[in-house]
Amino acid sequence: MQSSEYPRLFLLIFPAAIIFIAFFAVPMARLAVVGTTGEEGYAAYLSMATTPRHFESMVATVLLSFGVTITALIISTIAGLFLVRNSFFGRETLISMLTFPLAFPGVVIGFMVILLAGRQGLVGTITNALSGDKLVFAYSMAGLFIGYLYFSIPRVILTIMAAAEKLDTSLEEAAQSLGASPWRVVCDVILPALKPGLIASGAICFATSMGAFGTAFTLATNIDVLPMTIYTEFTLNANIAGAASLSIILGLVTWVALFVARSLSGSSVAASA
Amino acid sequence: MNSNTTSITLSSCAKTFNDGTRALDPVNLKVEGGETLVLLGPSGCGKTTLLRIIAGLEMPDFGGRVKFNDEDVTESLVENRNVGMVFQSYALFPNMTVAKNIAYGLRVRKMAAADVNARVNEMLDMMHISELRNRRIDQLSGGQCQRVALARAIAVRPRVLLLDEPLTALDALLRDRLRVEIDTLLRSLAITSIYVTHDQSEAMALGDRIVVMSKGRIAQIGTPRDIYHRPTNEFVADFIGTVNRLPANLLAGLPKEHGAEVLFRPEDAEIVGVEDAHFVGRVNSSFFLGDRTRLILDGGGETPIVIESTLRESVEVGEEIPIRIRSDGFMSLDAGAGKS
Repeated sequence: MQSSEYPRLFLLIFPAAIIFIAFFAVPMARLAVVGTTGEEGYAAYLSMATTPRHFESMVATVLLSFGVTITALIISTIAGLFLVRNSFFGRETLISMLTFPLAFPGVVIGFMVILLAGRQGLVGTITNALSGDKLVFAYSMAGLFIGYLYFSIPRVILTIMAAAEKLDTSLEEAAQSLGASPWRVVCDVILPALKPGLIASGAICFATSMGAFGTAFTLATNIDVLPMTIYTEFTLNANIAGAASLSIILGLVTWVALFVARSLSGSSVAASA
Repeated sequence: MNSNTTSITLSSCAKTFNDGTRALDPVNLKVEGGETLVLLGPSGCGKTTLLRIIAGLEMPDFGGRVKFNDEDVTESLVENRNVGMVFQSYALFPNMTVAKNIAYGLRVRKMAAADVNARVNEMLDMMHISELRNRRIDQLSGGQCQRVALARAIAVRPRVLLLDEPLTALDALLRDRLRVEIDTLLRSLAITSIYVTHDQSEAMALGDRIVVMSKGRIAQIGTPRDIYHRPTNEFVADFIGTVNRLPANLLAGLPKEHGAEVLFRPEDAEIVGVEDAHFVGRVNSSFFLGDRTRLILDGGGETPIVIESTLRESVEVGEEIPIRIRSDGFMSLDAGAGKS
């Protein structure tokens, strides 16, 4: 690169740099500083270790997000492959309906989970009629899991379908002709080809679940996921420093998780979250 | 390598796709063990569909049967048929190295690691690609890819080798070189092979027999010489090589048996003295090709006459040249159809 090009490159990167600084770097730095302004000072960042409630909510959030990601990937891969490979009546309508939940705010999704599995919900009514016991799980981790899955699947499935459309079917036929069973074709050909899409959409799914708030807020009577904990610290306890430090930690943990996932799965794909 | 080869028998194999298009009319075909059979035809003629039915990638319509020797494999899935396949797009696994690609079918068969390794080495040697052993697929050229694909297909010692336009994606020079290699390979393996192509020179060079296909039907089956010199119908005559047509009444001194139209190949026409000529053609254009000269003549018929001559002198446009057709150069569609 010619050194004379530097001024021009600087000009080109300037708008992006302003946005990065104004809307990312500065608020983050401020948040990180605010985190230290409480009574405990820098120790606020150790609250994961010192406050069991924070630690538990972090573990719960990570496990929930991980579970949602894995489940969403499995369901979406199967469904996405099916939708790409089969033509049937109403296929186009079904695909366009899949994107429907993308527009819903978390509150609406929480509301739908309540309609499904709440005290007056569909599942409760049916189980009540069948066994006399009302099955209610909307206000628990299970409800949150269903809600998160609901809004994760569309995001994942669209990415998977885009990747699945580009699959070279002759690769599968080659594997078959060499004696590979359908299951081996999936493991040796289809999944490796879908891997970039799976990693990218899985990363988005994980990050979104880590930070989702609306659904948790609607359902959370006795669930403690980290965004809820931050909210509680911030509004009810007026512990601004605690909320800020938890936010930074939430961001860091998510980032580290995605980084690990990316390195474990080979270097070729960036976790584009 | 294969003393007991596999013959393939197809009986009334037709294929209609789900949307109702008829890709293949009922076909009966017997491929002898160890034979190289070429399916030749323009795109959409059903040749690939026929290959896929043999492979087990497509089911023939109800009533069609596929047999390998005496064994009915119609219902058996592709993974159980033990066929080797080579694709136009190479279809190498991008997430595996060259050696792993070749070993794939062996690993699927749960062969012991040492044996797999030995077989892979043997294949690499045979295809002259030992130095590519640990390369990734995206580091290979097209010709190297197809060598790996061939090695992978024959590593499992398949009963039948199926090649679907394996050279079409390669450039001309490479295509010729690899064609020779494939030919040598198929002969040394003596494995029953079906080779699909739309390229007639490939078909001529490789096939023990050629099946010319058109619009889902078999137009003619025969040795390359049969197909070229004794086409049984218009389609085959026109599709393979160049055919000249002249009404018989424009020609003088014809042999006794001839139809209303005389058909002959460009290379069967000779420039002679006027007294020996069958007809005289006026030169419309002349192309010097180095080893020969191609002349386009107006012979008085509806279509121009193409002849090829090794004449050293240049021929001028407008010149009138007397032409004689070699006595064995007369082609007759009806006679061929009636006899064979």
